[in-house]
Amino acid sequence: MRRHHDMGGLDAGPVDPAEHDYTPWEKRVDAIVRLLAGKERRLITLDEHRRAMEDLGPGAYDELSYYERWISAITNILIEKGVISVEELGGKMEAVKARWQEARE
Amino acid sequence: MSETHSHDDDWPYPHPQQPDIEDGPLTDLMIMTDAVAELLIDKEVFSADDMRRTLEAIDSKSPAEGARMVAHAWLDPDFKARMLEDVNAAAEEMSIDAGTIPILAVENTKDIHNVIVCTLCSCYPKYLLGLPPDWYKSRAYRSRLVREPRAVLKEFGTEIPDDVEVRVHDSTAELRYMILPMRPKGTEDMDEEALAGLVTRDCMIGVTVIDRD
Repeated sequence: MRRHHDMGGLDAGPVDPAEHDYTPWEKRVDAIVRLLAGKERRLITLDEHRRAMEDLGPGAYDELSYYERWISAITNILIEKGVISVEELGGKMEAVKARWQEARE
Repeated sequence: MSETHSHDDDWPYPHPQQPDIEDGPLTDLMIMTDAVAELLIDKEVFSADDMRRTLEAIDSKSPAEGARMVAHAWLDPDFKARMLEDVNAAAEEMSIDAGTIPILAVENTKDIHNVIVCTLCSCYPKYLLGLPPDWYKSRAYRSRLVREPRAVLKEFGTEIPDDVEVRVHDSTAELRYMILPMRPKGTEDMDEEALAGLVTRDCMIGVTVIDRD
């Protein structure tokens, strides 16, 4: 059975030639993945990362932006592997959010 | 380290954060990105310095390095042979770090035009050419290129004559491709630097050919 990411040969509209400059946030996601998959750590493999993105399901796969898929997938893998816990992540997200809000005021 | 520690010393990005330069409003996934990075730094999976250096490496990569290799290959047949054998090793000869994932260069000839895609995700020789353009990762490009490459190339303004074979190379996590474009006619007097200036990202992806005005 063909899964939703396996789109080679399917019909689709014209290629949209628009490009955007990568934002600092997107580059941070890329950097995290490079560091985790790099030969010094090999905490994840690229196939594992792709599989985790496919496991987000057809809805999320199409609705999330490219790097949103990446960070969602990598976070799921880190939780699955026990590198970080859901509780730690929740606490840290609160702290990051508070700091950002403070910086914006 | 706890989540309340100061980030003055190890926060890997300019501090304070500058959300206004980000693309649109802060989202939960942007917050999650920084939270994950901080947790991994706290747990010493990698250091803030590793993060900083990786961000610098990302910013330092551009199609210019691939273009330098192409120009060098045009001028030096022995180098070209080595590049077609092993891009990563050939890059090292020119003090270019092409990363550890093998890259295969495929050569355009008067009979064969090559173009690359990653139908399953977005594999791209980014350790050599920098981050890929958005359209490379798009559903339209990934879906259609393998079935109707000539039609897709036309959307990029590239008409491949009927007597030229079009080959599409589908990248994977283990093997990435780049195109070695044909050297345009009338460039016999150009030096390596000038030649490199002709080589664009898109012709190394294979969606365009080098067009000299």
